[in-house]
Amino acid sequence: MIIDVPELSLVALVGISGSGKSTFARHHFAPTQVLSSDYFRGLVADDENDQSASADAFDVLHYVAGKRLAAGRLTVVDATNLQTHARAGLVKVAREHDVLPTAIVLDVPESIAWERTESREDRTFGRQVITRMHRDLRRSLKQLSREGFRKIHVLRGVDEIAGAEIRYEKLFNDRRDEHGPFDIVGDVHGCRAELETLLGTLGWELLRDAHGRPVDAVHPEPGRKAVFVGDLVDRGPDSPGVLRLVMGMVAAGHAICVPGNHEQKLARKLNGRKVQLTHGLPETMEQLAAEPDEFVTEVRTFIEGLVSHYVLDDGNLVVAHAGLKEAYQGRASGRVRSFALYGETTGETDEFGLPVRYPWAKDYRGSAAVVYGHVPTPAPEWINNTICLDTGCVFGGSLTALRWPSRELVAVPAAKEYYAPVRPLFAVATKPDAGLDIADVTGRRHIDYGYGRTTVPAENAAAALEVMGRFAVDPETLVWLPPTMAPCSSSTVDGFLEHPSSAFADLRAAGVGRVVCEEKHMGSRAVVRVSASGTGDAIWTRTGRPFFGPEMDVPLLARVRAAAAPLFAELETDWLLLDAELLPWSAKAGSLIRDQYAGVGAAGRSALPVALAVLEQAAGRGLDVAALRDRLELRSAEIDAYSTAYRSYVQPTDGLDGITLAPFAVLAGAGHAYTSKDHDWHLAQADRLVAADPGLFTTTRRMIVDLADPAAEAAATEWWLTLTAGGGEGMVVKPWTGLTAADGNGRLVQPGVKCRGREYLRIIYGPEYTRPEQLERLRGRNLGRKRALALREHGLGLAALDRLAEGAPAWRVHELVFAILAAESEPVDPRL
Amino acid sequence: MLLTLTTTHRPATDLGYLLVKHPEKVHSFDVPTGTAYVMYPEATEDRCTAALLLDVDPARLRAQRDAFELSQYVNDRPYAASSLLASALSKVFRSALRGASKDRPDLAAQPIPLEIRVPVLRGTTDLVTRLFAPLGWAVTATPIPFEPEIGGDSRYVDLRLTGVLRVADALNHLYVLLPVLDDGKHYWVAPDEIEKLLRSGEGWLAGHPEKVLIARRYLAHRKSLATSALQLLEADQEPATEEEAELPVQRRAPLAEQRREAVLLALTEAGASRVLDLGCGGGALLAALLKQRGFTEIVGADVSSRALEQAARRLRLDQLPERQKDRIRLIQTALTYRDDRLRGFDAAVLMEVIEHLDESRLPALEAAVFGHARPGAVVVTTPNVEYNVHYEGLTGMRHSDHRFEWTRAEFAGWAERVAAEHGYSVTFRGVGEDHETTGAPTQLALFKINTSEGTEVSA
Repeated sequence: MIIDVPELSLVALVGISGSGKSTFARHHFAPTQVLSSDYFRGLVADDENDQSASADAFDVLHYVAGKRLAAGRLTVVDATNLQTHARAGLVKVAREHDVLPTAIVLDVPESIAWERTESREDRTFGRQVITRMHRDLRRSLKQLSREGFRKIHVLRGVDEIAGAEIRYEKLFNDRRDEHGPFDIVGDVHGCRAELETLLGTLGWELLRDAHGRPVDAVHPEPGRKAVFVGDLVDRGPDSPGVLRLVMGMVAAGHAICVPGNHEQKLARKLNGRKVQLTHGLPETMEQLAAEPDEFVTEVRTFIEGLVSHYVLDDGNLVVAHAGLKEAYQGRASGRVRSFALYGETTGETDEFGLPVRYPWAKDYRGSAAVVYGHVPTPAPEWINNTICLDTGCVFGGSLTALRWPSRELVAVPAAKEYYAPVRPLFAVATKPDAGLDIADVTGRRHIDYGYGRTTVPAENAAAALEVMGRFAVDPETLVWLPPTMAPCSSSTVDGFLEHPSSAFADLRAAGVGRVVCEEKHMGSRAVVRVSASGTGDAIWTRTGRPFFGPEMDVPLLARVRAAAAPLFAELETDWLLLDAELLPWSAKAGSLIRDQYAGVGAAGRSALPVALAVLEQAAGRGLDVAALRDRLELRSAEIDAYSTAYRSYVQPTDGLDGITLAPFAVLAGAGHAYTSKDHDWHLAQADRLVAADPGLFTTTRRMIVDLADPAAEAAATEWWLTLTAGGGEGMVVKPWTGLTAADGNGRLVQPGVKCRGREYLRIIYGPEYTRPEQLERLRGRNLGRKRALALREHGLGLAALDRLAEGAPAWRVHELVFAILAAESEPVDPRL
Repeated sequence: MLLTLTTTHRPATDLGYLLVKHPEKVHSFDVPTGTAYVMYPEATEDRCTAALLLDVDPARLRAQRDAFELSQYVNDRPYAASSLLASALSKVFRSALRGASKDRPDLAAQPIPLEIRVPVLRGTTDLVTRLFAPLGWAVTATPIPFEPEIGGDSRYVDLRLTGVLRVADALNHLYVLLPVLDDGKHYWVAPDEIEKLLRSGEGWLAGHPEKVLIARRYLAHRKSLATSALQLLEADQEPATEEEAELPVQRRAPLAEQRREAVLLALTEAGASRVLDLGCGGGALLAALLKQRGFTEIVGADVSSRALEQAARRLRLDQLPERQKDRIRLIQTALTYRDDRLRGFDAAVLMEVIEHLDESRLPALEAAVFGHARPGAVVVTTPNVEYNVHYEGLTGMRHSDHRFEWTRAEFAGWAERVAAEHGYSVTFRGVGEDHETTGAPTQLALFKINTSEGTEVSA
């Protein structure tokens, strides 16, 4: 005997003790699919036969069953399931997860069951128990259907049980094996003429009957299918004509159709149920009255056969009339059907007396695109990977189709307003997916960002939330944060902690052949977003804070915008995201310099001379202080060198006067991430900005080095020595091919390593760090964590730019940017 | 890292006996952070100077436990006088600090003319004077300037003290006040520090006008320690941590209290029993809410996990009886994000919160609170900037993190727009002394949701 079981269902085995349920389960299902009440009694009470533990055991069993069903896993419950209340618990779990409850009844003669029970040492109950169970089974058989079991299989006798075979059946809504391509058509509402035009525009050829009425359509492209999102009927001029065409296409296998709430209501009317004749139903009934009875019967049959939603294209596409939240996709239950037909309402009504719909799309986080209709909107718009195609054709709007997988939108205007809308078609004031949900960023989160995977610990997210919540620019503007950068490996060159030779060796080891050495400006990192229109422009820091405040940021951005005008035109974008350094350091870090760096300098330069004078006097009295004096003199020289180092980065500024920007990468523009461009390209764009406004922009000096050419390396080293001797911070060595540079295994390599000058490092490691013993100790510094962090932040940033270019919803970009900020809470030596 | 102590008491070289350090030798001592030296740059009958020089060894400073902050960055420890120097002082001049002298007991008990120089010490002229002058010192504190490229004065002074005091007193003053001025202890402050403070402060600290500041800073701002120390000094003053902490003293406590009362009243008027305190901070309002049984469910939300920890401590959440604890929860959230956990409450309080957000971020807060959380009522309080003229000496805003302070008209404009956009009606009132022209210091808006009475129509 063949037993049909839905691929996703909760299977209850029903049978008396000794009927062979466990053997049956073992034979037909994987051990992990089977939840046995005996096992759960053992878990909670250390005794599989302790009936007093049953309530707790079933509690846990239901909980586990729920977790499995939520994850879409077939689950089999091995228990006697002879009591109504026991089965009710299972039906409830199944309904909660919108799967079909299935019962498989094993009905063996009482004598056989008793024989088996008697032979088991752990079963101590008497024959009368078996008899009672058998009586319960007889009663149960009559009740199963009423209790909500959608499929009931009764296997009678030992042979039938032994010969049974399980066959899995797909749910009606499972069309994952259909890949289209599809033309998904929005709410037609009896607008046959517009539908004909739209299909024609999409390349369909209409087939007509003897009366010239379209009854089918074919597309020259093999396999292309039309998909109708429902609401074919009501309000419009020719609902029967639309039905005739769509029914024909569906029958011929050229189209798929889900029902709308209007079809549902029409079917009820045709079935003679009492329904209100409102919302365009009278027009349909009138039009159908002119049709022969057979047609009306066909319509009724057609509607009753419609499946409320479909999962298509490997699960990447879901079509339902009113949309479908993720938990309901590929599930079957009354409420899934109801959601698909009507959506979710809040229970409130708006000022037009229409029900307020719960904006489920706003919270949608599923990976499948959901295409739907139902709610008339002026223009279709992707919201969190969902799109509504009802553009109110019958109300004088247009009829819209979405082509899948190309996601191209095709629309034809309505010939006229056929029906006056109750509520004007208006665009929602704010994008429904605007605004961010805290659940998308907080707690411990695992993120697969395409270039890698990372886990954001909850405490890092908590720290980042505080920065993001209190200080950052609008998260929807903050589309990228600069990754931290690792220094080159410690150098063994005498007197140096960092040296170009190490930087070159690092990149060579990563398989990079050609590098660009860029002057490292000593200022403050600045990310600039400028647009042709000036809206949404911002300049932010490493941690996403507004740079100076509006009084300076606004005029600064205006100047950048003016200089970038030619780039907007050439790159065909209305906005650009620039990575830059803002100079001088003192402009932004003035108080840090005073409190931290210059303070130490002032203290040292004041204390040491006084101490030396004391020693001088003491020496004059014949005391032996020579060794101490030598040490303090060395310190004095060191503090002077240190002071010189930070002083180079202090320049007077007055408002914007004296402030310059040194851009070195153009990260993104409308629809594009420029991450795969080489650095020649990036620097060429930067040079054009410098040329456009040399007062505002500073050039980034650079040198390209072929890592196979020792002479080029030597020249670059000379160049670095000159730069740093003149007070420069040093250089950044980057793979010339650009930000997406990868190694032989396709893994990202460091987008750059910094190589800082000998004198500059005094302000990082202290005035005396150049002493041989100190250098030796510092060379042992551990760069591993810093490198891993730099690479992770870099990958997250690239992914954010990719998502931005794809037009992903704000929260998808924000979760990555937030992860970068959270990564900055990692305990990493800040001097690296 | 250096201080010098000079006397002109004749014979001045007796200073060597008082300090138990021979003027003709260079004395060196191993201390945990380096090497301390005592030497005499001058030693005549008329004038004798002892110098204490601490040569800080950065490697040993690094090795000090709990000194991560100090050692990882470039720091001024090798140059400025600090707790390091004070520790060295206590080790090197142990008996002199006690006022004991085997060779010159009478001189040790006698005030003598003294000059002290600490060439680099954190502090302002004002603070240094406030600390040393009451002890009988004539104070000259010269600010140390930055180099001309940077301009202005650094946070250090070159300190010179002159006075007629006992050497022991002078050393004890330095032992306590050098770390107090430096305000950054290099070691973990344990409860036994109270004892050290009281011992060194014997005879002068209890009567010092700045004893609160001294105790608090000496005990590294550990409030509980400072409080015990002050209680032992027969003083009892709780430092203010309220929103008005940065305002002149007399304005603080009453307004914060009045504001809480006003908020509670508004909540009662709104008939709220399940309430959100959004931006609860350290939990002052939560404590008040918890005291009233009518509030059956209280949620304190803040963006700062540290603030939430403080609130949990203040409310003693871990010690509350279960029934009480079930009434209150603390969650971290940011009001610029939607948060489902905030939905379904009778009322939400935004007490002194909105002004801590950039104005450009307010729409996000409006959407999250009025649009998404949609409580039945919202109570918003914020400073009335018109009232600021009454705060003498207040320049700028009332709190350093305030991003804006509004006039009554600005607040009303904002609140009325928000109410209209989100279906609320709003009323206003002032909190605190209602001044004729400027209004009250705090303004309060009470929003109530409009109950919709649309007719039921099916689509």
